[in-house]
Amino acid sequence: MQISHKIVLTGSVLGAATALAAPATAQTLDVTLTLPRLSVAEYHRPYVAVWLEKEGAPARTLSVLYDVDKRNNGGVKWLRDIRMWWRASGRSLTLPADGISGATRAPGTHKLSFAVGTLAPGKYTVAVEAARENGGREVVRVPLNVTAAGGKGSATGQFELGAVSAVLAR
Amino acid sequence: MAMTGFRKLLLIAATAAIAVPQMAGAARPWLLPSETMFAGSGNEWLTVDAAISSDLYYFDHPGQDWQPVVTAPDGSTAQVENRSVGKLRQTFDLGIKAKGTYRIAVVNEMLMGNYMLNGERKMLPRGTTAATLATAVPQGATDVQTATATTRIETFVTAGEPDRKAFATTGKGLEMVPVTHPNDLAVGEAATFQFLLNGKPAAGLDVVAIPGGIRYRADLKQMDAKTDAQGKVTFTWPEAGMYWVSLSSGGRRGPGEGPGAGGPGGAQGAAAPAGQGGPRPMGPPQDRATYAMTVEVQG
Repeated sequence: MQISHKIVLTGSVLGAATALAAPATAQTLDVTLTLPRLSVAEYHRPYVAVWLEKEGAPARTLSVLYDVDKRNNGGVKWLRDIRMWWRASGRSLTLPADGISGATRAPGTHKLSFAVGTLAPGKYTVAVEAARENGGREVVRVPLNVTAAGGKGSATGQFELGAVSAVLAR
Repeated sequence: MAMTGFRKLLLIAATAAIAVPQMAGAARPWLLPSETMFAGSGNEWLTVDAAISSDLYYFDHPGQDWQPVVTAPDGSTAQVENRSVGKLRQTFDLGIKAKGTYRIAVVNEMLMGNYMLNGERKMLPRGTTAATLATAVPQGATDVQTATATTRIETFVTAGEPDRKAFATTGKGLEMVPVTHPNDLAVGEAATFQFLLNGKPAAGLDVVAIPGGIRYRADLKQMDAKTDAQGKVTFTWPEAGMYWVSLSSGGRRGPGEGPGAGGPGGAQGAAAPAGQGGPRPMGPPQDRATYAMTVEVQG
């Protein structure tokens, strides 16, 4: 199950991003996030959003994982529960969107790869937010200092997210 | 007659000069939206609670038969549904059909004042408006003095991205013009609002911002600010939640506070009517305006 989800998502992300902009020096941003296994009576996989921030620039959504298969696009209704993402970027998007929308993930560690084009050097933040139905919500912000050599950063959540790392490779 | 409860509230505000201690403690009028952020799918519903209370947002005063006025994202007026006035609150629904920002408001404008009749000065009855003034003043009355009391209570919700067409002002009473959009507030970020009084910058007025949930904490957590020459105030939000932001002009009341309100952290419910001082001489009535909005701070 997990593997098939992952393949579908990664493939669509890469496909759409490539179609939009694929400069010769395209960079890949790998975001590895851990969804903790929680011993709760009622567990629903969290909605997760991953986005990129840079001061002075609009936030850029990289991925949003939700109930994409609900009838009549019903999963979209609850996207505003990913509140920080909704404010930063989500509310300006029309979803589902190719390369951005994906299915929810099971607990465990997931690596998402994004063809982000060429990121100008500077200080970025990779933000990951998880919101779980009848559960909590948490944002983990990973500082990413991008230089000519790329960049990497990591941070850890406490409640709805475990370790999160971001690696930008040339 | 539909505004009886509201009139009562306003009357207390309006007739501070004769100190009617009908309502112990500070009464804050508010509209509380069920949520402020909608996906914008076109088939979503908002429910609004409308009430006055000392604690925010806690129903403990009689329900108010206010008439809500909703401005849709395109500036048109939208109709509410299922409006119901209960014992402790009013509630109504609004279909969120379009993308953008909706303004939900309760606006009341009434006349207060007095006149001389047979050598005695008489108060205008409660709820007199410009339209009813002629019938409210009896034959033979002289020296009619009136002033206007306006109250505007608002909240805002947005489907999709916030926009600003719903914020058109009327030039009457106290109104809010967003510098920071009221559906774009977040913890740790500064938000600026401009207030107009009768269409002009409302300078030098005290503004309060108080987070909801007063009942369950010792510290009122009231933030105080004063409008600058442009009528602007800025708040930086310390925590997430619903905030009540209010100000008043005219009269002797503090910003958005009812008669007998204590200072920050004061015993709201126990404020003694005696705290208002004794009756004061009846002078010419003064125009008064009150504004209160509920905004959600994300965090």
